[in-house]
Amino acid sequence: MARIAGVDLPKNKTVEYGLTAIYGVGLFTANKVCAQLGIDKNKKCDDLTEEEQGKIRHLLEDEYSVEGQLRAEVTLNIKRLLDIGCYRGIRHRKGLPVRGQRSRTNARTRKGPKKTVANKKK
Amino acid sequence: MSRSLKKGAFVDSHVLSKAQAMAGSDKKQPIKTWSRRSTIVPDMVGLTFSVYNGKQFLPVYVSENMVGHKLGEFAMTRTFRGHRKTETAGGKK
Repeated sequence: MARIAGVDLPKNKTVEYGLTAIYGVGLFTANKVCAQLGIDKNKKCDDLTEEEQGKIRHLLEDEYSVEGQLRAEVTLNIKRLLDIGCYRGIRHRKGLPVRGQRSRTNARTRKGPKKTVANKKK
Repeated sequence: MSRSLKKGAFVDSHVLSKAQAMAGSDKKQPIKTWSRRSTIVPDMVGLTFSVYNGKQFLPVYVSENMVGHKLGEFAMTRTFRGHRKTETAGGKK
């Protein structure tokens, strides 16, 4: 089984889609990597040779930030926003949408499951 | 879409001139401003601004991390006082 950047690639998927199992690699990057290294992207992940795996590993390590490194980067960016106390940081702190979406309704992804408030009968 | 680099960061000229004058002198007084739309540029680091939020002037001390943001991002225009009592009393668990 091919193990790249600390993630096991799904066995029976093509390289193109298999690489997207890595955090920070989407279809675009996966395609780019394949093209750059001259690997057939329609090949199954299981059929990757050791050499090819090594190449992919090196390329991802050197030129992209993926997995842990990328996650750390994102948290750091958010932390910066929190620390300087700007509007976006405050929205992060409150767990509300950051980019100006409405929060009167919806916004459930950020706010989490509904908390129903019992309303007084009139 | 972000602003064209060719134009540089937008800063109201009166804010910029005041900031540069203040940075040059020793006294550190807050610069009163209504220009929430002005970008914070490196010249402003270490200064304090009094940014109008529609009601009051809120003090904003500019640190290095704030460069590239707008002054208005640091002076909130809305106050959220919480929802009805019933929720604030026993709402969050």
